[in-house]
Order: sequence, then C-alpha cells, then structure tokens
Amino acid sequence: MIQPIFFIILASLSIAGALGVILARNPVYAVLSLVVTLFALSGIFILLQAFFVAMILVLIYAGAILVLFLFVVMLLDIAPETLSRTKGSTLRFVGTLVGLLFFCELVIAVGCFVLHQTPPSPPLSGTTAEIGKLLFTTYALPFELASLLLFVGIIGAVVLAKKKR
Amino acid sequence: MTITLSHLLILSGILFTIGLVGAVTRKNIIMILLSLEILLNAANLAFVAFSRALGDIHGQMMVFFVMIVAAAEVTVGLAIAVVLVRQGGTINADEIRGMKG
Repeated sequence: MIQPIFFIILASLSIAGALGVILARNPVYAVLSLVVTLFALSGIFILLQAFFVAMILVLIYAGAILVLFLFVVMLLDIAPETLSRTKGSTLRFVGTLVGLLFFCELVIAVGCFVLHQTPPSPPLSGTTAEIGKLLFTTYALPFELASLLLFVGIIGAVVLAKKKR
Repeated sequence: MTITLSHLLILSGILFTIGLVGAVTRKNIIMILLSLEILLNAANLAFVAFSRALGDIHGQMMVFFVMIVAAAEVTVGLAIAVVLVRQGGTINADEIRGMKG
C-alpha cells in the first residue's frame, strides 16, 4: 500500500514545520513554517478521508489566519527576538523538560488506551455534503453561535486597534 | 503496515508537545500565538483520528468549530499585540507589566 509512505512523509514534514516554528528567530520564517505544517496536516486529513476539514484547513488557516499573522508581523516590523534580561537558557531547559515529561505521559496514556481499542467500524468519508447536512440540522444552533463569536471578535479587534483621540 | 489510531495519536502528541514547548519558551507574543495554533491543530488531528477510528463524523464537526474559535482568538490576540506595540513599544512577554488599557 502507498498510504503509509505518504503518511510518513507528511508526518515528518509536519513535525519539521512545527520545529521550524518554535526555533525560528525571525517571525516571518516561523509563520511560513506553520504554513508547511498546515499543508502536511491537510494531506494527512485527506488520507483519513476528512475532505471538507482538509479543504477548510488550507482555505481558512493557511489562506486567512496566517496571512493575518504575516500582515501584523510586517506591520509591526518586529526585529528578530532580542535577548531578554531573564535567563533565556534556564527557561528553555525547563520548558523542554516539562514538554518531554508531558510527551511521556501522552505516550503512556495512548499505550493504555490502545489495549481497550474498539473494533474498527465501517469507514466514513467527511465530504462537504455530509458535513453540510449535519451543520444545518443537528449543529444549526452552534453554527449561529459561532457566527456571533466571530462578530464579537471583529468588533473587539476594531475597538482595540482604533486610534485613541 | 496500516495507519492506525495510535500512529495518529502519537503524531498529535508530538505536535502538541512541540507547540507546548514553544508557548512556554518563546517570549515574543506573536510566537506564543503561533505556538497556540500548533496546539489547536494537534487537537484537530486527534479529533479527526478518533472520528476515523470510531466511524463517527461528529469529530470532524468539532474540528470546524475549533477553527472558528481559533480565528476569533487570533483576531483579538493580534489586535492586542498591535495595541501593545503602540503603547509600550514592546511585544516581549517579559517586559509587559501594565494591564490598564
């Protein structure tokens, strides 16, 4: 089968992109690395037959949210991260240690979970038709509330970014 | 070899850990927001993986709503970053002290 090969390639791409995000000094490079991660994740979603989610991941995340990030990074003209007065190396060491411990816990949790895994059920495909049907029946109220949330977000951004007289 | 649920969960865990380390160790607010995006996408991957394994499409609906919340969060977060630069001239999380607008 060719699927596992694709999965391995896409998984390593996404991990490399994520590492690029947290290691890059220049915020513009970090944003572009996140684009790589998102495209790889979108490919993995297609492998899992979640077509609609894969599509809106590219359209909304890579197309809208990250462009917003790029605009703000370029608007603010941020210099590559300057060294802070607190000890950077200590923070980095402790942060990485906490992250590794957290990852070990996750692996243990996944290992315990797999033992009681449910038998595989018939595969489904998350096409736009399927998702849309659910979105306008079962999820009609959350859908409207989500639009309200976005509206509040827009108003908040405008109020915050407006110049004070 | 086939792609099983545990492979996907391990990948999701790796991405989540990378995002967590980034959010804890970086000092630039923009970088912290970017790390939060990695965290949210690791959670999205876990949702889709379980949706696939259990044959239940509601997990993919959850991803849709997570993305909407992420969009709203980024909008407000970046607006706050713009205000911080305009008022104090810094987006270093260590040097931000004032809370009054």
